[in-house]
Order: sequence, then structure tokens, then C-alpha cells
Amino acid sequence: MSELTLTVMRLGFLAVLWLFVIVAVQVIRSDLFGTRVTQRGSRRESGRPQQAARQAAAPPAQRQQPSGGRQRRGAPSKLVVSEGSLTGTTVALQGQTITLGRAHDSTIVLDDDYASSRHARIYPDRDGQWIVEDLGSTNGTYLDRTRLTTPTPIPLGAPIRIGKTVIELRK
Amino acid sequence: MSSSTNTTTHHTSTIGSIGTPSRRNTELALLVFAVVIPVFAYANVGLAIDSKVPPGLLSYGLGLGLLAGVGHLAVRKFAPYADPLLLPLATLLNGLGLVVIWRLDQSKLLQSIKQAGDKAPNQLMYTAMGVALFVAVLVFLKDHRVLQRYTYISMVGALVLLLLPLVPGLGLNVYGAKIWIHVGSFSIQPGEFAKIVLAVFFAGYLMVKRDALALASRRFMGLYLPRGRDLGPILVVWAMSILILVFETDLGTSLLFFGMFVVMLYVATERTSWIVFGLLMSAVGAVGVASFEPHVQQRVQAWLDPMKEYTLSRQGVAGHSEQAMQALWAFGSGGTLGTGLGQGHSELIRFAANSDFILATFGEELGLAGIMAILLIYGLMVERGVRTALAARDPFGKLLAVGLSGAFALQVFVVAGGVMGLIPLTGMTMPFLAYGGSSVIANWALVGILLRISDTARRPAPSPAPNPDAEMTQVVRP
Repeated sequence: MSELTLTVMRLGFLAVLWLFVIVAVQVIRSDLFGTRVTQRGSRRESGRPQQAARQAAAPPAQRQQPSGGRQRRGAPSKLVVSEGSLTGTTVALQGQTITLGRAHDSTIVLDDDYASSRHARIYPDRDGQWIVEDLGSTNGTYLDRTRLTTPTPIPLGAPIRIGKTVIELRK
Repeated sequence: MSSSTNTTTHHTSTIGSIGTPSRRNTELALLVFAVVIPVFAYANVGLAIDSKVPPGLLSYGLGLGLLAGVGHLAVRKFAPYADPLLLPLATLLNGLGLVVIWRLDQSKLLQSIKQAGDKAPNQLMYTAMGVALFVAVLVFLKDHRVLQRYTYISMVGALVLLLLPLVPGLGLNVYGAKIWIHVGSFSIQPGEFAKIVLAVFFAGYLMVKRDALALASRRFMGLYLPRGRDLGPILVVWAMSILILVFETDLGTSLLFFGMFVVMLYVATERTSWIVFGLLMSAVGAVGVASFEPHVQQRVQAWLDPMKEYTLSRQGVAGHSEQAMQALWAFGSGGTLGTGLGQGHSELIRFAANSDFILATFGEELGLAGIMAILLIYGLMVERGVRTALAARDPFGKLLAVGLSGAFALQVFVVAGGVMGLIPLTGMTMPFLAYGGSSVIANWALVGILLRISDTARRPAPSPAPNPDAEMTQVVRP
């Protein structure tokens, strides 16, 4: 075999090997998944318009709520933690069940001594109305000032209190 | 773990979920690439050695492609959301390993000392067995959390596996290291499997105990010192790895297990003090054992002064080996771009040229550029493992993924460091590259478990579960 061919093959092989590595890194780059963490401005007021713009740009997955004309204009689009150690966290409401509690697999993991491991859940009923249900917690879930005993629909902006954490649904 | 970081760091941040496409087609494309590269390498070796395309090229390419295809189909069917990179990376490493083993088979020198000749077909068979185990893991391990039930059984299992080589009549002493057993005509390295089983035990144990280990501590000089009784388990594992070192004279396995435990302990408790303790204890243990164990002593001598070892071996003094120096020369003569596949002289390493020292052949024939690519591929595999751990929602899966990828990383470090002269040489195999049935099979199983965890972690959240009470409960509307 001629020296030239072997040299070309040698360099070619290294090039191909590195190409593979680069392609693999590209796949990792496009493979970001999980939770998207976006820093908000330090002041809420300045943060809000940006967020609204971001939500408008995001794929309208959350809008595809159950069909059938019951699509209310005032349907909440996100859940916001307004008090407690998780203040500022928002979760987009896309028809999924949101679990709250200290358990590690909860959607919102509460690091709060007053929370039970499976404390409450928030889910949409068939009409797209969001319901909060206490899952037999020790210290209770409060909607406004009343302790929940049955699954209850959540009015927009009403505070749901679990221990030191307060969450509410917003548009 | 993640809960506390969530609460402390992201005060003013928005968390929204990003969809998780299954990425199976990406995996397929990468897999084709990962099969083509070794085939290219195989043709290159054949052209360099015999000036003709090797006759087995087609069957080799088809064989590797078939194995990769079977693995891919199994992932597609049983773990559709698993990580798209792990399988192609493992396939590429395994394929390149096969090529280099075949290339060393062609060496007359190695054939004459019975170190090579028919190793490549064997390795292909082991690869097939490994892929079969990989598929079996995906098929039968529907949920990795099942392993949690076997926490203490796996502890016993791991101990038995580790002690097997010491059983008289079963154990095999190969050049000073007693880490093999022979069953029939096969020799097995139980330590490779013990690695996985032990990771299951550590994950299960630490998941239960981590709060006690993390919270019950005193602060001293900026370090959190654990309570005396919480030191118990780390002392036991330390003693165990020292015993392995003393009785099996295997520095690598001992380092691997202790290191894996320290990594998992750190991840479980977030306490830097464990790392400090771990490093101190392993240093004390290694120095202590090296002071009286002749086999370990000799390894250290060969590490400090490989040239002297080489000269002694050349003079025919028994018990010395020129391997370490030959490996360094191999790396040196490789230079930046290497001599080209099939054109080096790494067969001069003689014993274990195609297993523990296979990295030296890569270093010589692909040069610094090639070895960096290989190490990066290992790095990417470890990264995918750690990414899986980050994404896993259950603490057991997190710890298991960290433990397995940590063990994988440590093994690569111990072997590569040994061959390159950074740390004393130990008898361990480079995962996937090196010749050896146990290693290949165990590492395929390891990748299988990682893929299972990653499938669970990346699976999109299920649509809201139908509420069984929905029929009976009347929703009260204002």
C-alpha cells in the first residue's frame, strides 16, 4: 500500500472520529430537556411583561384545552408561588395534574415542615376548570381562609395556602 | 438533593417543562455512524498490514451492525424515551476495541507467546453476549426501582462475588492478582459484576440513611464532621476495600469500590467533608498496604521508575516486567497524529497488550488526537449518566445512575492513569475497548441499567390520571 494512501487514511480516520465526537456533542446541545429555568428581573413589575411576551412566543400547547366551547376567556395559564421559600416559581398549566408535597416526585417539592409528603393536588376537571384537592394532609390546605374538605374549584387569583407556602392561579 | 437546590437558588426564576421527544431516530443515525467508523478502521488496519482489504470486512461490519441494530430495536421497543447517545457511544468503543484486538491478533510476536491470534472472534462472541444481556436488562427490568427491594441481598451478593476469587480451587492467580475465577474453560472476573451489584446496594442504603448522614453533624473548621456512629458504614466499606487490596492484591478494584462509595455518599449528603475523608482514608490505606504487601510495592516501584523495571526485566530478573516502559514508549512514538492504524509496534508490550494495555495501542497508532477523542467519548458517556441522574425523579434512581457512571469514570481513570504512568498500574480493563468477556458483558449490562433509568426519567409526565372517585364525588361549584 502506498505511503500516501495510508497517510490519507490515517488523517481521514482521525477526522471521522472527531466528527463523531462533534456530532455527539451537537446532539447533547439539542437534547436539553427537563425544566427550563429563566431568570426574571429583580423587580416583579419589570419581569412580568417579558414573561407575557415569552408566553406568547411559546408554542400554544397550553391553549389546547378540552374543546367544546367551554374555553373560558379567563382560564388560568400558570400557577405562581407567591409566598414561601419557592416564591417566584411558576408552573405552566397544560392540563397536567400538579402534585404538591415534600415527596421528591412532586411537581412542586415543598421544603416545609408543615407540609405532608403528598399534600395536595391541582388538576383540571373535564371542563378545564382547575380543582384543588387536599390529599389527607396533616396540617390541611387552605383556600382563602377556609380549610379544604372536598375537591374545590379554584377561582383566579385566590390564594391556596400550604404551610408557609402560598400559591395562586394566574392568567 | 434537588429539592433544596430548587429552594435556595431559583428564587426568582420560572420553571416550565420542555417536551421530551423520544430521539430514537437521532440514536439510529448516530448508531450507523458508530458502526461505519470501526469498519473504516478495520479496512485501514487490513490495508496497512497486508496491503489488501481484510477478507472478514463484510462479516465484521454486518456482525457489528446486527448487534447494534438488535440493541437499537430493543431500546425502541422497551425504553423509547431513553438517552440517544449512550448506545452509539458504547457501540463505537466496542467496535474500535474489536478492531484493535484483531490488529494485535495479526502480530507474530504476540501469537508466539499465546497472547493473541484468536482473540477477536472471542471478543465478538462476548460482545454478542453483552448485547444479549443488555437487551435482557431492558426487557426484564421494567422499572429500576424494583432493584431497591434487593438492597441488602445485593450487599451479600457483592461480597460473595468479591470473595469468590479467594475460594481455593475456584480462584485463579494471574500474575499476582487474584481477581479471576475459572468455571469450566472460562475465566470470569467477578469484580466487574460486583461493581453493578454494589452500586445497587449503596444506592438503596444511602437513600434511606442520607438524612441522618447529612444532618447529624457538627461544624468544625468549615467542615461538617459526621457523628461517630454515622462513620460506621464508610469505615466498613473502607475496611472491605483494604481487605480486597491485601488478599486479592488488586489496587484497581479496591480503589474503584471505595471511590464509588465516596462519590455516592457525597451526592447523597452534599457534604464536602466526605470527599476529604475519602481522600485521606484512601491515601492512608494505599500507603499502609503498600508498605508491607510486596506485589503492591512492586507496582509502585514500577510506577516511580519504569526504566529501572525495564532494565531489570531485560536482564532476566524474575518478577519484573517491561510493560510499563513499553507502554510509555508506545505513547511517545505515537506523537500527535499517530503512526496510523496497524503501523505501530505496541506488540512489544507483550503480556496484556490487548487487554489492560490496549490504550497504549490506541495512543501509538492514533496519537494524541485519537486518544483525546477516545477519552472524550468516555467523558460523554459519563456525562450522559450524570445527566440521567439529574433528570431522574426518584432518589434511588439518581443515586444508582451517579454510582454506575461514577464507577465507569473511575475505572477509565484508573486504567488510563495506570497505562499512562499517572498512578501505579492496576489490573483492570478499559471498559468496552479491552479484551475480556466479563468486562464487556458487565459494561453492557451497566449501560442497559442506565438506559432504563434514563427512560423513566425522560418519559413525559402522563396525562392526568382518571380519578377513580370522580363518579362518586360531586364537585362543589360556587
